[in-house]
Amino acid sequence: MDTAALALSLKLAWWTALLLLPFSILVSRALAFRRFAGRGFVEALIALPLVLPPTVLGYYLLVMFGGDSLPGRVFEALAGRSLVFTFEGLLLASILFNLPFAIQPMQRAFEGIGPDLREAAWVSGLSGWQTFLRIELPLAWPGVLSALVLTVAHTLGEFGVVLMVGGNIPGETRTLSIAIYDRVQAFDDAAAATMSALLLAFSFLAIGLVHLLTRRIGSRHG
Amino acid sequence: MADAVHSGLTVRFRQALPIPLDAAIECGPGEMLALVGPSGSGKSTILRMIAGLNVPSQGRAACNGDLWLDTATGVCLPPQARSAGLVFQHYALFPHLSARGNVEAALGHLPKADRGRRARELLALVHLEGMEERRPGALSGGQQQRVALARALAREPKVLLLDEPFSAVDQVTRRKLQWEVAQLRRALEIPIVLVTHDLDEAAALADVMCILHRGETLQAGPPMEILNRPASALVARLADLRNVYEGRVEGHDPERDMTRIRWRGYTLEARRNDRYTPGARVSWVIPPAGVILHRRDRPSAGERENPVRGVIGECVVLGENASITVLVDGQPDTRLGFTVPAHVARRNGLERGGPVVVSLLADGVHLMAWEAAEPS
Repeated sequence: MDTAALALSLKLAWWTALLLLPFSILVSRALAFRRFAGRGFVEALIALPLVLPPTVLGYYLLVMFGGDSLPGRVFEALAGRSLVFTFEGLLLASILFNLPFAIQPMQRAFEGIGPDLREAAWVSGLSGWQTFLRIELPLAWPGVLSALVLTVAHTLGEFGVVLMVGGNIPGETRTLSIAIYDRVQAFDDAAAATMSALLLAFSFLAIGLVHLLTRRIGSRHG
Repeated sequence: MADAVHSGLTVRFRQALPIPLDAAIECGPGEMLALVGPSGSGKSTILRMIAGLNVPSQGRAACNGDLWLDTATGVCLPPQARSAGLVFQHYALFPHLSARGNVEAALGHLPKADRGRRARELLALVHLEGMEERRPGALSGGQQQRVALARALAREPKVLLLDEPFSAVDQVTRRKLQWEVAQLRRALEIPIVLVTHDLDEAAALADVMCILHRGETLQAGPPMEILNRPASALVARLADLRNVYEGRVEGHDPERDMTRIRWRGYTLEARRNDRYTPGARVSWVIPPAGVILHRRDRPSAGERENPVRGVIGECVVLGENASITVLVDGQPDTRLGFTVPAHVARRNGLERGGPVVVSLLADGVHLMAWEAAEPS
């Protein structure tokens, strides 16, 4: 059992969720409530990681993060190190490939709030911000939790993108799923089995939780 | 500004798109105005524009001297700043909050410590004691409507807007709620605007009825005035007045204060109306109450006025009253409708196909500008 890899995976999941959730709440809410030009395009872009092979996504991220590209150079100039094969690069990649998992459940949840509820809040004197905090967020809460669970589970399990962008550096970019692959390559079946069982149990719990939460959304609005 | 002296609600909206509107509404404090019209006539849109949820391309709205909207000067207050209590057609209660929570959400103007007490008072006002902690899902339709009403009143609004508030409950509950709203409005010194497509409801509850057609306010006035003296044949049709006909003015009789019209071979006396010159084509209407049945057993008052002969087309007994349709001169295209007590129908042996004579009370015959009948 590679505890350093487990710790790194958890750290990555924590930071991904922390940075991605507020951003996703804003984006999913805008997609649910606003009608603007290019909305369909934005939705398609967000859904892309669902169908794109992880290696393809990883390849483009690698190119984007590299010292030859503008984002890569900007980061290098600011941080004094490369994005490629570092935790920061891995985190950025993780945020990008988790976009659909974070945004889509929340968007569904916000869309489930009838327009007249928000109007009733405004007519009752609640400001836009108060309406968000007291009406929209509590009603969309199951969707937000689903997004959180899916994001964490998916971060722990992602393999292709992580390998492409982060490589396999212990303590820096070797996550649990990479460690499993590593152990299998080294014929250390016992360690691979333990870590696989851990991820299996976690994924099962996560899916169960998401199902429970989506049922709650259904019953509340039904 | 003129609005400074004008208390109550004054509204003028105009736009061509997305739905055409040309509406003017005035509603004084303590007055209930019913906005009546068929579905799609723009009733709810006007209500939403008063609340600030929609904005017309041209318009002005002021309440008790406060200017809420004036497209000419670019004033447009958001809903939060308008202080309008709105009861949504489907209530739009917050499903995750209790009845008390729903009302407290609209009590943002009070200090936090006072909100709970005030919410309880408001819920008591709408007869929901003991239900404070229930969520909307655990309340009946009528109870939800009361919570919505309490929430709308919580802001101490300057105007109360009711969007078809009684349409989603059963009839017994509707009667009860209508009665309670009628009681409640005595305690409220604010304008109340009620949107409804139910003419009976409007006539029973409202002080002023405003007829809306394709976004245009055609006539506003006391319900009895609209039902007895519609401004046009279109208003008569929208107010579901069935006895609308076409005739020609024969002449005026200043001595008897009458106008004579020619209709289907009859010369009818009508309430004097000098607006139409002799020979002019007019539409005219008579309310069911202006039609008097000639009894077999004894003469009735007013029998000499405008006697008209016909054949009974239908006689339908609905509870205590019988609804009679007379085919004038036996012609199936000229129907005259009125009601008599069921026992009168029975005693006079009114039956389909039977001959009958009725009188049209001259005071009830109301002339209007001629308008080609629109297929309904």
